[in-house]
Amino acid sequence: MRILAARSGGVDSAVAAARAVDEGHEVVGVHLALSRMPGTLRTGSRGCCTIEDSMDARRVAGQLEIPFYVWDFSERFRADVVDNFIDEYRQGRTPNPCLRCNEKIKFEAVLDRAIALGFDKVVTGHYASVREGVNGDPELYRSADWAKDQSYVLGVLTAEQLRHCYFPLGDTPSKQEVRDEAARRGFSVASKPDSHDICFIPDGDTKGFLDDKLGQTAGDIVDRDGNTLGAHTGTHGYTIGQRKGLQIGYPAEDGKPRYVLEIRPVSNEVVVGPKEALDTIELSGSVMSFAGADPIAAEITTGSYAEDGSIVDTEAFDCEVQVRAHGNPEAASAQIVEGRLVVRFVAPISGVAPGQSAVVYVGYRVLGQVTIDHTVSADHESLARA
Amino acid sequence: MVIYLDYAATSPMPADVQAEYAQALHLVGNPSSIHQAGQQARNLIENARAVIAGYVGVEPMEVSFTSGGTESINTWIKGRVFAHRKARPGEDVFIALTRAEHHASLDAVEWLDASGFATPLWIDVDSDAVMDLAHLDAQLSAVPAGSVAGLTTLVANNEVGSLQPLSEIAAIAREHSVPVHLDAVQGFGSIPLSLSELGVDAMSISAHKLGGPVGVGALVVSRAASPLDSLIHGGGQQVSRSGTLDAAGAVAFSHAAMSTFERSPSEREQRRGLRDALIDGLGVLEGVSVRGSSNRLDNNVHITMEGASGEVALYLLDAEGIYVSTGSACQAGVAESSHVVSAMGLGDQAARSALRFTLGYATTQAEITRVLEVFPSVLERARVAGYPS
Repeated sequence: MRILAARSGGVDSAVAAARAVDEGHEVVGVHLALSRMPGTLRTGSRGCCTIEDSMDARRVAGQLEIPFYVWDFSERFRADVVDNFIDEYRQGRTPNPCLRCNEKIKFEAVLDRAIALGFDKVVTGHYASVREGVNGDPELYRSADWAKDQSYVLGVLTAEQLRHCYFPLGDTPSKQEVRDEAARRGFSVASKPDSHDICFIPDGDTKGFLDDKLGQTAGDIVDRDGNTLGAHTGTHGYTIGQRKGLQIGYPAEDGKPRYVLEIRPVSNEVVVGPKEALDTIELSGSVMSFAGADPIAAEITTGSYAEDGSIVDTEAFDCEVQVRAHGNPEAASAQIVEGRLVVRFVAPISGVAPGQSAVVYVGYRVLGQVTIDHTVSADHESLARA
Repeated sequence: MVIYLDYAATSPMPADVQAEYAQALHLVGNPSSIHQAGQQARNLIENARAVIAGYVGVEPMEVSFTSGGTESINTWIKGRVFAHRKARPGEDVFIALTRAEHHASLDAVEWLDASGFATPLWIDVDSDAVMDLAHLDAQLSAVPAGSVAGLTTLVANNEVGSLQPLSEIAAIAREHSVPVHLDAVQGFGSIPLSLSELGVDAMSISAHKLGGPVGVGALVVSRAASPLDSLIHGGGQQVSRSGTLDAAGAVAFSHAAMSTFERSPSEREQRRGLRDALIDGLGVLEGVSVRGSSNRLDNNVHITMEGASGEVALYLLDAEGIYVSTGSACQAGVAESSHVVSAMGLGDQAARSALRFTLGYATTQAEITRVLEVFPSVLERARVAGYPS
């Protein structure tokens, strides 16, 4: 097969590309230039895609003797990922830009170009697996290394996208093995630190970044009864479930810590309350995707379709749901009701924010995901219908 | 079959130049040493200097070997500004150039601007990237007399190939008493360039564009030129530049120059013929526009393509063994949108869809034929892939 190896300059994508080459595929490496003003040297383990990263990617390509290019997707990245990130915060939601990047850039913009240029698949160093499902459609599975599992950020991919994905690291028991393999292959990136945090905020100061983009508009911090407790300098500085940095100045009547429950961008208010109020028993949304066969087609449950092929209703089915990339999979019951995916947790979970993706797992398989726009707290108050 | 059409990025070293280079490496001796070993090395480099000087209409003392075109350009631009500031302390300082210059000039000027040393005086170019002479005159008239440290101009645009009206530019600059520097990195060897005849202050040239080694160039400065501060200080080995003299490099440079200048008129004619055949063959394709003036470098072909990105077309051609460029070879591996095409006023899509083909002494008719055979399918596939945004 002709395979395009997306190369970040990190050790995972290096080993993934190497395995594809060993398997006899015709591999071409590409590093995506996503920043309009890339830094030169990498700054510790934060950020990604500096000139140094592109040189690391190039060097490994040279060692693998595969052609190597740097493609500029910075304009598209700015529009689909960075601007989206800022806009979501502006609307009081909590985005996941890594998910958006996978959805829009790596497995859409880049994939589209790869297919147009005659490639069969895109290979990356993601920790996840694609397997064939019962109906022939591809399905997405967690990786063998639980700690590194990245199936969450890939949960937004569709069958059509998965058909062209290749994740060779999915079955490797641990990241350490990947590093060892890189060292054996003589890659200088074998000991390169993992990148974390948001790649376009290399200093890690998300609040500072948002202050710069959104400005600081002072507003009230209120409790659920509407009493003003304090002031904030911008709703984007707060996340659902946040406890620190509230700066209310005096304790609550019951002496317990307060947590951010809701962000209301229209009234520019941040709502705080006790931890119990944070406990979420249900979340739902209408924007959903399935990574392969939907739950009816996969015979996980029964239900009905609309004319456009979307699911209208299903019976409830057991599953596990993750609302964060490395969060715990929480036992739940999911159901589609009038075109909305509704998830009810067995035990309440904390700090669910609208805008996040709830990725639904059935066993090790990623069934799909829904963008959360509504949550219900343990005391049955509806929160944050964004 | 591998088809190299990126001579503007670098020119392969002909076998005879390689031989001279290797031969010169046998010599032991720093050309600045006083003993006979040094003298022998010195003789080599001075012969080379005389050869280069002859080709640009100056005397040997007016040629300083440098590490290449970029250093030469930086030396002149920054050296001129710093010398000017010393001569006129406290006054505003301008440095004139177009936005279609090479990054060696643009970035040096941007640094001077950001550091508060000089203000760029931008001169417009037309849609062929040719300097607008009326605008030059107007701009030089618009600033206080004596405030312009200098004007730097390409002798021919390195991306789209358009030859610049050098005599006219020099005349206008002379009227305003503005020193002129020629970026002849592309063009030395194919355009007649006599510093003395043109009446300009200085010129930068580069060996590897002619098939000499990378890491060798020259800054040619007339003895009548306005003062220049040094960029690189040290042992004062040359008039405009310090550093141990690279005798072997200079020898290779001179042989590459001889090889180039001694090509027969019929050979040059033939190269122009191949260039024109490529221009004609590409220009008839739908949505392909040939860019740059018809008065262009012997070896340059430049196009923009509607609906296709230069980056993608370059990859597809590369996959066919045809090596071209989207513009300047320089930036961190990303095929950037062309600042020259933007300066020509052709818009963002055009700037992202540029392709440059530059021919050289080894280019054959068979190669051009093959490119024209392959290109229509490349164009079609590049259009399918579209732009990234």
